[in-house]
Amino acid sequence: MKITEQEVRRVAELANLALTEDEIVRMTQDMDGILTHIDKLSELDTSNVEPMSQVLYDAEETATLRTDIERKPLGNADALANAPVAGQGYFKVPRVIEK
Amino acid sequence: MTIDSIRTELLAKKISAEEIAREALKFAEAENSKTNAYLTFAPERALASARAVDRKIAAGEDPGALAGVPIAIKDVILTRGVRTTCASRMLETYIPPYDATAVIRIEQAGGVIIGKTNCDEFAMGSSNENSAFGPVRNPVALDRVPGGSSGGSAAVVAQGTAVLSLGSDTGGSIRQPASFCGVTGVTPTYGRVSRYGLTAFASSLDHIGPFSRTVRDSARLLQVMAGRDEMDSTSAFAPVPDYVAALDGNIRGMKIGIPKEFFDGLASDTGDLIQAAIQTLQKLGCEIREIRLPHTPYAVGCYYIICTAEASSNLARYDGVRYTRRAGSAGTLTDMYRGTREEGFGAECKRRIMLGTYVLSSGYYDAYYLKAQKVRALVARDYAQAFEQVDAIVGPVSPFPAFKLGEKVDDPTAMYLSDIYTVTGDLAGIPCMSVPAGKTTEGLPVGLQVLANHFNETAMFRVADAFERAD
Repeated sequence: MKITEQEVRRVAELANLALTEDEIVRMTQDMDGILTHIDKLSELDTSNVEPMSQVLYDAEETATLRTDIERKPLGNADALANAPVAGQGYFKVPRVIEK
Repeated sequence: MTIDSIRTELLAKKISAEEIAREALKFAEAENSKTNAYLTFAPERALASARAVDRKIAAGEDPGALAGVPIAIKDVILTRGVRTTCASRMLETYIPPYDATAVIRIEQAGGVIIGKTNCDEFAMGSSNENSAFGPVRNPVALDRVPGGSSGGSAAVVAQGTAVLSLGSDTGGSIRQPASFCGVTGVTPTYGRVSRYGLTAFASSLDHIGPFSRTVRDSARLLQVMAGRDEMDSTSAFAPVPDYVAALDGNIRGMKIGIPKEFFDGLASDTGDLIQAAIQTLQKLGCEIREIRLPHTPYAVGCYYIICTAEASSNLARYDGVRYTRRAGSAGTLTDMYRGTREEGFGAECKRRIMLGTYVLSSGYYDAYYLKAQKVRALVARDYAQAFEQVDAIVGPVSPFPAFKLGEKVDDPTAMYLSDIYTVTGDLAGIPCMSVPAGKTTEGLPVGLQVLANHFNETAMFRVADAFERAD
């Protein structure tokens, strides 16, 4: 096995997913399957290869700076329109700090 | 109907854009129960766009390159005021406050957006069976999948309930459904089309691209969307050539590479159609050369590390604070995060978030994520070396044609492995497309994949267009 149920529980906590017991069992099998296939990568010697994190093209150093013109922002009401709970112009969340 | 035929009818005043839009909406709504390809229709927006086109025509102005053309948009691309769900329970009631750049450019060119299409949840899947709102059925064979993740966008074009559509492609999500449904689907060069307003799945791999009935229509739609957008810092500055002007049907002397690695594990009927397509290209005067892309067998593993790692970060934003859905709010902040995510995400999203979190976690980063980034460089180098010898590369899109609904849902690893011929193009960032190459004895469509070097969409379109004309 590439991964144990105990590890799956730890990863679920890191990912903020509250998986059910059935989901843990199934997830362990599924992750084991793909991680076993992924093992194939270790056949390749990559010690002298630079990692590729993005597809990059040549451009001027300042090319990605936009022109400095005033633009109307989204606005508070529009930004909050999809909030499950909002109030006083903010997103509201459960209490984090006790009084 | 094509972009050109609609334009001719509009300019001859045989029909108005409003009449076309009304007919298209009526037909699409009536047909939708067969395929479940649309999730939302946008009649008000469509009619407003159509009337704007009619006003321009009445005033003698140019109504735009996509004048009056009914277009469907994959539901991971934001449309202001029109519900955008990403086919997820998480965003079931989400109404975007802004438009994607691609959507703005389509409407500026006179395109008429009639609705939003079903897909795999957050664009994660190869069969469209991961939608929270039910699978899409393939219009060619209703008991089969349309492919994924842009299954709805491929299906509406195949069904004729839209003339064009937009999809997104991260590991094959445009080309594979195009192949399964028998339509044309294009993944442009990475950065060619702005992703502003595309819901992020794996940012270093995500693309927006067109579906259409003809190669020419995909070229026209890409023409409208391509080019630098200052709202997306990854969008490219490279000038956009006139794609359609280059489509003269003459590809004599072009050097076409056939990658040996793309023919391992291919179903025999698919292989026969691809071989026949290669013979057609040879008859058109192309010089066929066998090439090697030796790192292809490592691409699926590499891809599923990178895309899940990026997805686990991108999907962290769905936490119950900003995006409509919240659960578990009676408890602590953490209870709310976990309750919302448990309830809002489907099985495939959870699987990818878990895998991505695992490969990025302490102690595993070098062995998985860093290793995958290095293998990605090798995959990209394979293509760079190949394009020193050839102008374009052709091969299959998928190892097999459309499979039956439910046939592969129980084995996620097998489903992932079927992406073998499409993920390499995304990893390298090169333009690639699927063009119909005939049907199997069972009557199932098979697509021919055409790939070209960065920003050389012109070569890709020329090969696909000449092939389409000859076929």
